[in-house]
Amino acid sequence: MSSNLTLRASVLSFVIFALFIAAWHIATRQTASVAAMDPEYAKLMGLTATTGKSAMPGPFDVAAKIWEHLKNPFYDRGPNDKGLGIQLAFSIGRVMLGYCIAVCVAIPTGFVIGMSPLMSKALNPFIQVMKPISPLAWMPLALYTIKDSSISAIFVIFICSLWPMMINTAFGVAAVRKEWLNVARTLEVRPLRKAFTVILPAAAPTILTGMRISIGIAWLVIVAAEMLVGGTGIGYFVWNEWNNLSIVNVIISILVIGLVGMLLDQALARVARLVTYPD
Amino acid sequence: MTLYNNQDRFISIEGIARRYPKAGGGETTIFDDLWFSMNRGEFSCIIGHSGCGKTTVLNILAGLELPDEGVAVVDGKAIEGPSLDRAVIFQSHALLPWRTVLGNVSFAISSKWPEWSADQVREQAMRFIDKVGLKGSELKKPAELSGGMKQRVGIARALSIEPKILLMDEPFSALDALTRGTLQDEVRRICLETGQTAFMITHDVDEAIYLADRIVLMTNGPGAMVAEVVENPLPRNRGRIDLHKQPDYYALRNHLIDFLVSRSKSFKDEIPADYSKRHPPIVRPTAALAPKADLSAA
Repeated sequence: MSSNLTLRASVLSFVIFALFIAAWHIATRQTASVAAMDPEYAKLMGLTATTGKSAMPGPFDVAAKIWEHLKNPFYDRGPNDKGLGIQLAFSIGRVMLGYCIAVCVAIPTGFVIGMSPLMSKALNPFIQVMKPISPLAWMPLALYTIKDSSISAIFVIFICSLWPMMINTAFGVAAVRKEWLNVARTLEVRPLRKAFTVILPAAAPTILTGMRISIGIAWLVIVAAEMLVGGTGIGYFVWNEWNNLSIVNVIISILVIGLVGMLLDQALARVARLVTYPD
Repeated sequence: MTLYNNQDRFISIEGIARRYPKAGGGETTIFDDLWFSMNRGEFSCIIGHSGCGKTTVLNILAGLELPDEGVAVVDGKAIEGPSLDRAVIFQSHALLPWRTVLGNVSFAISSKWPEWSADQVREQAMRFIDKVGLKGSELKKPAELSGGMKQRVGIARALSIEPKILLMDEPFSALDALTRGTLQDEVRRICLETGQTAFMITHDVDEAIYLADRIVLMTNGPGAMVAEVVENPLPRNRGRIDLHKQPDYYALRNHLIDFLVSRSKSFKDEIPADYSKRHPPIVRPTAALAPKADLSAA
């Protein structure tokens, strides 16, 4: 029954994909024959005017370009011409660094907030104000104080990943069932052992949810941050290709950003499944 | 029983009170000036209606709550907090769902004896898992177990730390009658075998009759009192099957039911002249002295 469902869903997905590609192809195909005009003039006007072909690339243009990128993802021909793989590696590297620092800060802080009603009340106003700030709003301040655009981007990732993880950790820790804490109390479990053997496993699913939200936001923000700081990364690549008017590459970047974001989320979803316990 | 024989009074509850702030200000007194004691190796039950503070008494014995007044003494030492000497079997079994059966029991054992090696801990855990009849299920997670099996794990966990007292908060109330019967048999067998001192809250009169040597009767709260302590007149080697064939069974049962139905409510208004909170009367209902109330109730 469920395998049947999976099969039908896959078929439907494929049909939707095929329809989308077909519609895309039809919308961007060449519609008129070559108009008679002076060849010099035609060159200036571009294909849009001369043949009615849309400036928007068709699916086969994109596919051909993807193949080209796949064949050689890691070439490096100077600052403005690097392979897609290199650009992605830069972005993922920044996200991972900023995100890992955020994990190291957010989870212990969230633990303290969750354990202590005093800290929770005292820190709550700060968190509430900091949380809704667009991470990019920190950029000028980061550039001014850090004076390094690459580190500033990492800082922006750090600051945007921090809050969901911190809030979820605090919530998860505060919501640990009283009966489990009572078990630990009657067994005279020392505080540190209690934190690692009772509270952490009990709160782990909630913490992982926060981590998933954070990695999603971090991946959204890195693209924008790299457009601002420039130099390397998939966000810079998108903007650079826009300046080059290479819509094909822009479309490919969008696709790749989506795929990597999905993979990051799936990786954490897998970890979340490991720590989830049935009740 | 002499009053100053401390040898007997293994657990002694001395004038404890517990008060909670009321919603509109002021305080609600759950109970105050509560006295009773238990002997070593004895199985005591406490019965009373919901809200009379039974669970509070148990929590105080467990050290999870502290009395606002008075003191609870165990083995000559006042209770100041939770202790590994007093194990609790929770009503909701309170197993850690991310740990296996073995992991849950081992967690308790390694808390009691942190210096033990992993093999020692495992051996002790397996001994008690076997004792409650869960051998073969030790690697299952609690979610894969039935309600009765979960409570068996709770029992194994509590017994595995070899506590001086076993505290049970309605441990079988969430189970079906058949499972409840089997677990009662096992708890009774284990407690008799090891001379375990045990204290149990229950709503079930038959459970109290089968398991308890002494039954503490608490009146309705707020302001609950120990109306009396009932000594079980049934022979110690009683079985669950022929319990109702014991000559004193109905006298005892009627006495308890009569208390729960009417006297738990009315006791406060008709306190006997010689009643003392400090020395609640000890009663031993037998067929020979069946009070008139029982006959008229029947």
